This record gives sequence, structure tokens and C-alpha cells, in this order.
Amino acid sequence: MKNTNRDAVPTSVTCPACGLLCDDVSLSAAPALSMQNGCAKGIRFFEQALSTSASATPLLAGKPASLEEAVIAAAEILGKSKQPLFAGLGTEVQGMRAIVSLAEKTNATLDHMHSAGTVSNTRTMQNGGWLTTTFSEIKNRADVILAVGTDITSSHPRFFEKLAWNTDNLFNKPTPELIFLGAPAETAQANIAPDGKAPTIIPAETAQLPEIINALNALLNGKKLNTDIVAGIPLPALTALTEKLKAAKYAVIVWSASALKIPHAELTIQSIVQLVNKLNESSRAAGLPLNSGDGDSSVNNVSTWLTGYPTRNRYQNGMPEYDTYHFSTQKQLASCDAVMWISTFNPHNAPETKTPTIVIGHPDIKFGHTPDVFIPAGIPGVDHAGLMFRMDSSITLPLKKVRDSNLPSLNEVIAKIEAKLLNETTA
Amino acid sequence: MITLLKNGRIYDPAHHKNGVIEDIYIRNGRIIAKPAETEKVDQTFDLSGKVVMAGAIDMHSHIGGGKINIARMMLPEYQQKQAQELKNLSEPEAHICTPHCSHHATPSTTDTGFRYIEMGYTAAFEPAISPVNARQAHLEMGDTPMIDKGGYAMLGNDDYFLRMLAAKKDQKAINDYVAWILHATQAIGIKVVNPGGINAFKFNQRRLDLDENNVHYQVSPREILQSLSRAVHDLGIAKPLHVHCNNLGAAGNFATTLDTMSASSGLPMHLTHIQFHSYGTEGDKKFSSAAAQIAEALNKNKHITADVGQILFGQTVTASGDAMMQHLNAKHANPKKSVIMDIECDAGCGVLPFKYRDQNYVNALQWAIGLELFLSVEDPWRIFLTTDHPNGAPFTSYPHLIRLLMDKSFRNEAFAKLNLDAQAMSNLTSLDREYSLYEIAIMTRAGAGRLIGLHDRGHLGAGAAADITVYTDQPDREAMFTKPDYVFKNGELVVKDGSVVKVVWGVTHTAKPAFDIGVEKDLKDYFDRYQTMQLDNFKISDDEISSDGRGQVVVHKN
Repeated sequence: MKNTNRDAVPTSVTCPACGLLCDDVSLSAAPALSMQNGCAKGIRFFEQALSTSASATPLLAGKPASLEEAVIAAAEILGKSKQPLFAGLGTEVQGMRAIVSLAEKTNATLDHMHSAGTVSNTRTMQNGGWLTTTFSEIKNRADVILAVGTDITSSHPRFFEKLAWNTDNLFNKPTPELIFLGAPAETAQANIAPDGKAPTIIPAETAQLPEIINALNALLNGKKLNTDIVAGIPLPALTALTEKLKAAKYAVIVWSASALKIPHAELTIQSIVQLVNKLNESSRAAGLPLNSGDGDSSVNNVSTWLTGYPTRNRYQNGMPEYDTYHFSTQKQLASCDAVMWISTFNPHNAPETKTPTIVIGHPDIKFGHTPDVFIPAGIPGVDHAGLMFRMDSSITLPLKKVRDSNLPSLNEVIAKIEAKLLNETTA
Repeated sequence: MITLLKNGRIYDPAHHKNGVIEDIYIRNGRIIAKPAETEKVDQTFDLSGKVVMAGAIDMHSHIGGGKINIARMMLPEYQQKQAQELKNLSEPEAHICTPHCSHHATPSTTDTGFRYIEMGYTAAFEPAISPVNARQAHLEMGDTPMIDKGGYAMLGNDDYFLRMLAAKKDQKAINDYVAWILHATQAIGIKVVNPGGINAFKFNQRRLDLDENNVHYQVSPREILQSLSRAVHDLGIAKPLHVHCNNLGAAGNFATTLDTMSASSGLPMHLTHIQFHSYGTEGDKKFSSAAAQIAEALNKNKHITADVGQILFGQTVTASGDAMMQHLNAKHANPKKSVIMDIECDAGCGVLPFKYRDQNYVNALQWAIGLELFLSVEDPWRIFLTTDHPNGAPFTSYPHLIRLLMDKSFRNEAFAKLNLDAQAMSNLTSLDREYSLYEIAIMTRAGAGRLIGLHDRGHLGAGAAADITVYTDQPDREAMFTKPDYVFKNGELVVKDGSVVKVVWGVTHTAKPAFDIGVEKDLKDYFDRYQTMQLDNFKISDDEISSDGRGQVVVHKN
């Protein structure tokens, strides 16, 4: 494995900084860190990751300790706990496999740090289903891309570069027309194709999106609206939009559940899904939900095959249970008797709580309140190899190790805690 | 260490043993010939009066990969309902199957392994791995304990293959690509789902007949089947091309199925879940059984094998690669929801919950059609027992299905409860056949092992892996096949009285025929230009399956 701290030769990597999971990038570390095919978000991720100490030590109540001592302390907290909360869950496939195994032994509740958005998507899928697509289909087929409530590139910087402005495609289709509905105008506007084609911007407040999407549904179903203006948008603009979607050979509607910070996010997503369904009665169209990051797609998939449920779920007497409302971090913080916060990709801080807390993850996590146990763990795709789901879920890609590191991987740490815990109970 | 299974009644069709009383010796996980008198037997199981078969092999069961995980995610209510029912049971009715009592359609990977081994199944094959999704499929199968696994990679709707076919690339080039896919996806067979149709749906075609062209590529399903069955044959893979025909579920589709049998020009082909493809258009409801025509054709066409895909009544979910037909059938979903996906210029999928009801005309007739097929196809070596788990019913209903096949009065009683119009349209009660234990052993063991090319599984000869199931002979065949007395996996006792006593991890069976690595040159260019992942990341190494110390890749040569 390469030590990129001194390496001038580009190392090909998979970038876990966002759900695009670009595997066409390479890193060179000398003279300064640079990334071929990278993006600002990717560079920021690797800069931050590679600037951490690869030999950070665990802390017990803020005091340096050995990994062995930290594992004993963590096992002790979980051993006493009747109802621990495993939150954050910023990890990849192998880390999540270990977490689920430990959760089963400890009756833990599982919730991901970005689950507010994920849950809106999952519940939409559970209520009525959806019709979705994946990156390569978009790259080769999409002729209209409608982004709802998101500029896409703030969270997924290379989206258009890779999937819309590609020069090669299988079916000689034109560069897709980009339409942003209710997206942050300034950043959305910046998505100008290499051929100079500017996107269509339909400004709206996020809170107005439900009204607008429902109007689009009505128009698509041939209903006449007795108004000239919907949420500030002149009716002809909406009619033109539905005509474009209908005329498209392969329209793609993209949304970001985490950007829908409104009370009826789930209903809004359902309305978007209805648009897609209606379009598919006569032409082809598909949806694409953006993910929120920190391994959310990986965590949800692994949880689902191992427990039968996506997150928010828990084990109770060894049996898995599922409840997207009661098992949220926010609700569980009030009732749990131990918290294990996990964030390996980014230094996301653990929630403030008086409950005994174990933090495992990024060496640079800062604390408001000193946790009982802190175990710095390797950053996946930097300190150790791993596996990660792309946001479209169909693809799982290997993450590579890019530097020499003494940091244990999350699954090693969790496995040690589990082993210690089982030893204690059988002893 | 030698284990002796003494005095069992052996049903081992691969060696023409039909209920003979014999001893079986096991050493190092394998069945051995009787050792010399001087060798010490360490452990003896007295199996007097017990029925002994090889571990059963499910040659078609959706146990891992994207669409089955979508089904789990979409249908938490199945597991929740069952958990609630369990809580409502009082002792001593309350029983906890380890680890979770999951007899529903979407068990977790752990439960999948446990439920299979508890029934005496020691291997299951995921029949629909989309190549881009193969890593997920293997991750899920890797987390499935107790049983051996393997899968069939789907081709025939991927743009790479269709481009080759449209460009009239020679057969050798196709063969190299097919072999490369087997290696890259760690599969043991090749499947085609609705040949050309899933791709055509992306171009807004809504149906595709056998001799109808995909609008973009101007190639027909027949050409796809010819090319892929030839490739599988030329490469010497044991498993014949696994074919999910065009027009699944559509009234009148039996004609497509009959035509499909001729599409390989005499080369071996396996038609899967053929029950879903045996529908006529007779009667007031324009939906009828064409089982007789299909069975007659199967009896005549010796190069064709089939599994049934029996439906059984109750709540389940259909998870299929056939995005085209699943989208068309989404209106029948119960509860009303569906997930449809276009996937990576490679495949598609459609997941629809389904509730088969015995008072529904179509469902009742589907049930009868499946059984008519079982009973009318003469050669048990060419017909296989499946429910297309979970599409026709969860695999946990196999013991019930076996009883329906072995017990005519039980079957006729069930038939008498069906929708009356459906009864009037079926000749099921005129079929007197009852399957024997020997025939069940063929369908679920010897035949399945031979079809897939597992030379050391599915039989009890010296050299075979000691995957062995021991049953108590009971007139109630459902009870008998639900709960074996013993199951041995690689010679280890893993199930006793229907419960797991030891957790083990099976292997992954693969086929890796030789091919010209030069095929990667064009593939690399294609991936760089059109796909959204690197070619090297598409390929799954042996290490990925074995590195956690549980899995192991086994390569089968024909």
C-alpha cells in the first residue's frame, strides 16, 4: 500500500466523499495533494483525512489510553446498558456488518446521522413504491433532467460533468436539458454545459414545492387549473415543463430528501413519484433520489439484509424491530442508557447527552462534552480498504487503502468490543 | 475421524439406490467407501428405519442481491406481522426458530440460511444476478450461513451484448464475453430474462415477442437465445442457459414458450418457472391452462429442462429482473405498490407484493397449472421443484408442495376448495400420479446437482461432499420434509430434530471456463466511455468472497 504523504505517483482511488463514489479519480501527494478527475468536495475530504494523525490514540474521559483499555471500557458501558443507542453510523459495508452483529448482542437501536432524509425516501418506497434509475442509464439515455429542490452539484459535485455533459453516449442522444425547480438559484444557474447551454431555472421556495408538484401532476393528468399562477410561477411555465417531460425520450427527475426541510417531505416525494409514474404510462421517465452521505446507502442496505429492516431499527431480545418514528436518535437520546456514536468518514460531533458515551471514528472529531470513551478509527478508503454502496444502490465498489496507518478499522474495533462483551458474559 | 451412518434407507438416484438399506461412512467431510475393519469408527448414528437422502439443492431461489433487498426494504410489514403473531402465541405453542421465526417471503440472510438447512436443503442458487450488482449479491450470500451458494449471471439485455449481436460479432467473441462475465461475477451459469425485453422497455417498448425486434438494436429474442445458448454450450458450462421466457404472466404466453423451446436449435436450455409461462386464452375469462401442451412439448424435447415456479396461496412478493412485465403487471400488486428500476445499461428489476388467493380465478388456476405440469412431465430428471422463491411462494413452503405431489387425496381436497370456475378449467383431479420418494430425491437432489454441474453434491457416492439429510418416514409428507431428524453439512451434524445445532458457512460454487483475455481491451474502452464504474472494479476477486475467513470459492469444471 502506498504512503501518499510522500508519494508523487498518482494512486487510483474510490472517493467516498459523496454518493457518486467516483472511482475514476487518482491522488498524488507531492508536492501538494492533488486529485486527478477530482472535485472540490473530494479534495477537501482527502486533505482532511490525510492531515489526521495515523497513530491517534484512544482517550478515556479525555486521558490517553491503549486500544485494549478503551475496548474494555466500551464493553463495560455496553455490558451495563439495557438499551444502548448506536447512532451516527458513518461507516461502510464492513463496519456496518460488525455494528449489526454487536447490536444483536446488546439490544441496541440503530439510527444513521442523516436518516431524516433517508426515512422520507424509504417510507415513500414502502407506501407506494417508485420507478428509479441509475447513473449509467442517465449518462446514456437522459434527454431531460429535472432537479427538484436541489442544485445537485453542492452535494454531488461531478453529477452533471459525469452524467449529463459526457461527450460519448450509446445512443447518440443530445446533451440533456437541465431544469431546476425550486433549487438554490445561484448555484443551480452555474450548471452551464460545456457547449454553453444554460439550465432553465424555475425559482420557488422549498415550502412551495408540494403545491407546485401537485399542480404539475394535475396538468399531466389533463386537469385544467383555474388560476394563472401557482406559487408565484406563471401557469404557462408549468405547462411548458410538463410538455417537455412528456416529449422526453427518457426524463429523469432528481430530488434530495435531505434538502426537503419541510413538514411534508414524504408527501412531496410521493408526488414526485406520481409524476414519474404518470409519465411512464406513455413515455419513459425515472426518478433518482440523491443520498445524504456518510455511508447512508451502505448502512441501509447492510441493515436490511442482516436484520430484514432498513434503519431506524433495533434488536429486542435478539429480535429485530423497525420503527422510523420512535427509533430516531432524537427520541432515543431521551430514553437510552448508553450512546455509541460512530463517524468514520468525517469528524461529525456526537450529540450532547449526559448518558455514558462511546465515540468511535475520525481522529479529528472534536467534543463539546468529553465522551467516556473515544476510539479513533481508520477512515475508510484512506486508512483501510472497504466496500461502499453508490447512492443508486445497484453498485458496490471497493474502497482502497491509501496511507500507512496504525488506526484500527471500525469493524476491528467493534469486533474487539463484541469479543470482550461475550467473554464477560460467559465468564 | 470416521462417522458411520448405519442402516439408513438410502434414496440416491444418482446411483440408482431406491430405498436400499446401507451404511454411509464419512471422513474429512466426504463420503468414503467402507473403510478397512482395522480403521476406527469414531461416531455412529443408528438410522434404522430412517429415510436418507443427499442434502437438497434449490436450483432457483432469489436469496441475495439488489431486488431481494429492495423487497425486504419495501415490505417491513411481513416481518413485523410475523413477529406480532409470535408474541401472541402462548407457551407451549410459542416456538422460536433460531435465530428468528421467519417463514415469510423476505427473510434476512441469516434467516434464509437457517430456514433452508432446517428443511434439509444444503445449497441454493440465486438465479438472477445482474452483473453490475454481483458484488451485492455475493455480499448477501456471504452473510447467508449454513448452506452453499451460487448464482446465474444475467445477460441478453445488457447493451454491451446487444451491440455485439447487432454488429454481428462472431460467436467466438460472444463466447469470450460470456466467459469473462462468469469470471467477473463469480457465477456458475448464465441466465436471460425476457430476452431483449428489459432493454426494449428502456426504449419504451411494452411487450416483446420471440420474433419481434428490439427497436434500437433490431435483434430478436430468438437471436439472443441462439447466441447465448451456443456460447454456454461452446464454453462447456454444465448449467444450460437459464431462460425466463418473454411474456411472463400473460394469457396466451404458452405459444411463446413452445416457440422458445426451438430457439436454441437443439442445444440444451432450461426454461425457468415455466408455470408462469403456460397460460392459454380459452374460456370466458380468456385465461386457461396450457399445461398439457407445455408438458407434451417438454416430454418430446429432450434438450429442454424446466423448473415449475409453483404458486401457493398467501402473501408473498415477486422480485424479478423483468422490469418490462413487472411494470405492466404493477396494477395487480397487492398491497398496491411496486419498485421498478432501470439498471446501468445492464439490466432492470421489478418488485411487486402479491397475494395469491384460492378464490381468485387466475390464482387458483395458476396453482393448478403448476401441479398439472409437475404431474404431466414424465422425466423427473428434467423437471425441478421450485416456487421461484419468493415469487410463487416462500421456499419454506416446499414441504407443503412435496405433500401435494406425493399425496393425491390431499391434493384433491385442496383442489376442491378452489374457485369453482378455476376447478372447471383444470384436469388436475384426472391426474393420478403420486411422486415417490425416489422421484422427489431426483428433483431436489440428483437432478439439480447434475443440472448445475455439481459433481460432488446431490448424491451419496464415495467422494461426494457429506451433505446428508435424514428424515423419519411419515405418511404426512409435509411434516416429514419440514423437520428432518439430522442434517449433515460436509460431514458435520448441523441440524438435529429440525433445529440448528452448529452454525457453519457454505462455499460459493462457480464455473470459470477458459477465454481470451483480449476481450478486455474492447470492454475497457466501453466501460471508460459509457459506464460509470471502472472495469477493474466490476470484477469480483476470489478474495472478496473468502477474505473474511468464512466463504470459499469452488470452481467446477465440466
